[in-house]
Amino acid sequence: MALRELSSLEKYLGQKKANKYSTQGDKKVPVLQNNNGPPLVGLVTIACHLAKEAKRPELLGDTAESRAVVQQWLEYRVTKLDSCTKEDIKTVLKDLNLYLQDKVYLAGNQFTLADVFVYYGIHPVIVDLAIQDREQYVNVTRWFDHIQRYPGVRHHLPPVAVLRNRIYTSRHH
Amino acid sequence: WSVHVLSWYPGFLPQLREVLVKVVPFLSRPTLPALALPSGQYLFSSNAICRYLFEVNGQECSELCDQWLEWEATVLQSLKAWFDRVAAMNACQSAAQKVLQGKGLQGMKSYMQRQPAPQSSQCRETQPCNSNSAEVPEEGGERVVSEEEMEAAALTWSKGLNTCPPATKKQHPILPQEDKRNVLVTSALPYVNNVPHLGNIIGCVLSADVFSRYGRLRGWNMLFVCGTDEYGTATENKAREEGLTPQQICDKYHAVHSSIYKWFQIDFDYFGRTTTEKQTEIAQDIFWRLHERDFLIEDTVEQLRCENCQRFLADRFVEGICPHCSYPEARGDQCDKCGRLINAVDLREPQCKVCRQTPVIRSSKHLFLDLPKLESQLEQWLEKSTSTGDWTANAKQITRSWLRDGLKPRCITRDLKWGTPVPHADFKEKVFYVWFDAPIGYLSITANYTSEWEKWWKNPHQVELYNFMAKDNVPFHSVVFPCSLLGAQDNYTLVNHLIATEYLNYEDTKFSKSRGVGVFGDMAKDTGIPSDVWRFYLLYVRPEGQDSAFSWADMALKNNSELLNNLGNFINRAGMFVTKFFEGCVPVMELQEEDKKLLALVSWELQQYIQLMDKIKIRDALKHILNISRHGNQYIQVNEPWKKIKGGDSERQRAGTVTGVSVNIACLLSVMLFPYMPAVSQTIRDQLNAPPSCINTMLEGNGTFVCSLSAGHRIGAVSPLFQKLEADQIEALKKKFGGQQRSVCGDGEPSGPGESQAGEKVRALKAQKAEKAVITAEVAKLLDLKKQLALAEGKNPEPAPQKGKKK
Repeated sequence: MALRELSSLEKYLGQKKANKYSTQGDKKVPVLQNNNGPPLVGLVTIACHLAKEAKRPELLGDTAESRAVVQQWLEYRVTKLDSCTKEDIKTVLKDLNLYLQDKVYLAGNQFTLADVFVYYGIHPVIVDLAIQDREQYVNVTRWFDHIQRYPGVRHHLPPVAVLRNRIYTSRHH
Repeated sequence: WSVHVLSWYPGFLPQLREVLVKVVPFLSRPTLPALALPSGQYLFSSNAICRYLFEVNGQECSELCDQWLEWEATVLQSLKAWFDRVAAMNACQSAAQKVLQGKGLQGMKSYMQRQPAPQSSQCRETQPCNSNSAEVPEEGGERVVSEEEMEAAALTWSKGLNTCPPATKKQHPILPQEDKRNVLVTSALPYVNNVPHLGNIIGCVLSADVFSRYGRLRGWNMLFVCGTDEYGTATENKAREEGLTPQQICDKYHAVHSSIYKWFQIDFDYFGRTTTEKQTEIAQDIFWRLHERDFLIEDTVEQLRCENCQRFLADRFVEGICPHCSYPEARGDQCDKCGRLINAVDLREPQCKVCRQTPVIRSSKHLFLDLPKLESQLEQWLEKSTSTGDWTANAKQITRSWLRDGLKPRCITRDLKWGTPVPHADFKEKVFYVWFDAPIGYLSITANYTSEWEKWWKNPHQVELYNFMAKDNVPFHSVVFPCSLLGAQDNYTLVNHLIATEYLNYEDTKFSKSRGVGVFGDMAKDTGIPSDVWRFYLLYVRPEGQDSAFSWADMALKNNSELLNNLGNFINRAGMFVTKFFEGCVPVMELQEEDKKLLALVSWELQQYIQLMDKIKIRDALKHILNISRHGNQYIQVNEPWKKIKGGDSERQRAGTVTGVSVNIACLLSVMLFPYMPAVSQTIRDQLNAPPSCINTMLEGNGTFVCSLSAGHRIGAVSPLFQKLEADQIEALKKKFGGQQRSVCGDGEPSGPGESQAGEKVRALKAQKAEKAVITAEVAKLLDLKKQLALAEGKNPEPAPQKGKKK
């Protein structure tokens, strides 16, 4: 899964040549063999590296504060989100919903890698969520829909229909 | 909750406030520490807080730091639950108390000594290491030895040595024999132009050497050939730089390689070169056969040619304006700025990097090896070879991915002068491309060794071929070269066993001659550390399965703990007891249960060693040698012969048996050590005055641990085999090879403070690609400072000439 995410990120960044990744351990942590130095290990580490290589540092935040916030949510993704149980899911959605009340993106007003990877990580949760729950966590849903439609982000994941109001009949879907 | 929050307001000192509300407003569960940022955002991740504080203080977080933080958050934190559970257990608490209060680690010593040495996990993954009935314990616990094993070991022991001694000197030329296993070993030909570093050495020649030496002990008929790969652009360029002919460069550097490998005791049967008539003869023969059988395709290729330098330019010798982003210093294969891959012919305003003239596009006819046409034959052969032979996993994987990507025709000719000439009339001014030509070097080098070379190279039914290399050479040995040989249809011997290593790194970085980082072959002997110790350590960290790293601290540790305290200690004690308590003669041995058990344990380790070495698991096999000496040390420790010798008759008998068995184990160890540390092996045998036939008896079959030094055998003078590597010695060596003391001109001279600052400035400017004028001015300043430094040191202030001979 991690490798597909990195591949999607490469596509978003417009990277011409796909990197070759290997994995390590039974958790299949991704590893990028770097030509100029030791290999890089870890989904978040590699993702940040790719963003820098593609000369898109703004994706990591453009102030010291926003940079720390971005890293925080990336860490949240690979710790809390990736290993959460059914019980934890409710807490995660609740917290995120409250957090996103007054924000367009996770880092505030700017689209960053945090949005990309939390989106990738939370996708299976949203897919399994009943329509009513999606309505209950209205800010998460709003944010999710925005990110999945963001140009170039959604590569390896199927779109999730979050809209309740069907303006058109089902034939048009 | 009531909690103290560190609040940060710009312009104010951080204030500690007691807050009576939920700290981070959107989190359901308490999460501390938390940092409220000026913008109103909250940080609830302590790692993120640290990053923020660091950045605000002007310190950047590197990628390595990112990696550690990610590891800490994902891996280390998830261990916390486990840690808390274990820490609560009574057994753990009492064990911790024993260590932390009272005797410290010494308190664990007696428990540790009762445990067997840990099994290597690789051994478990491959085939079952254990061919007999005894159980292999999972973790800890002593290996249970059965009655049958003990009796079998005792029986073998009593058989004694082979009656016929081995041939002391090799009879050249070595040729395949009817009744023997004929093994041909090659190591990837080192490029003559580069001084080999430790990674090159362990990857290729040293690994092949260990296996060859082992094979000879096993009684196989081995031929080990290698040589320098001498043709190609790099040699031509180096020749130009040094003002010599390519042949002179090759002569000079071939000698450098030769002497380095000699120092490392690499026992080639023949170490040759690729620049010989035989190479031309054989390469051209293969070429014609491929041509006659329609496996070559002609095509024209557009290349940039510098009319001034009179040569076609390799990609890295062309610089121009990137056609995509207009960056002015794009190189001929990739633009450094936008990173796009380009073709040299697409560059705008291209320039020859050497003379700055504008090159012209010229069409050049070239020949291509039709790999697609040979693909099915190749696959058929690969299927057989990889399934019946001992290919390393990475070799199989790399080969598979090459095939999966689809084979394309490969160009086998180049517009160069220094190379094997293409004999075809239409390609007169061209030479063979190095990757077509170099592997043929194996054949021509053998042909220079013996005129009967075809008995090895055109004899697949009688000969087994092992190729040793680092993983970057795999595709050429598993795809390109076999295709050439298959297409030539001359019953060539193809590789049966492809042994590829991963990379050896230097400390936490890579070897770099230009930056002065890492130990290169010619420097090893100046460290004062013996060749055998280098061999031992490199083999101990041989990168099988994954990259490994050379570490000075680790080398010292392994030398001191394994060589000195384990191996050396055991062998020395055994010999010393014979000398001191038994007047230098091996005493009578009366084997009891305990001794037979030891023989069985040792025999089992010997068996594992043989099974592993047969499969080139060199690193794992080494561990079994160290296990045996550990068993030996324990055996001596438990039986205390130095005390028993002062006791009554039965006690003295015991002391005699223990001493005798120990010294025989030492003899076994010397044989097992021979492939790894040939000089030490010989020294041990000299000290023990061991009969020559021990060397070819013990590794027969599945392992034959016999009593080679029987009662009454007189040994020689015993002395310590190894020396301790001290911490300050190691520190000094680490500094020397760490690349920090090289000045910007790379000439290895130490720089003064003003000079190194200026050097830094120039480096930084060059890195920023500053204007030439600015660089020139700074370089002038630097040269001036160097002059002043030299004068101050009383040296000749004239700078050394950039070109010309280095004498």
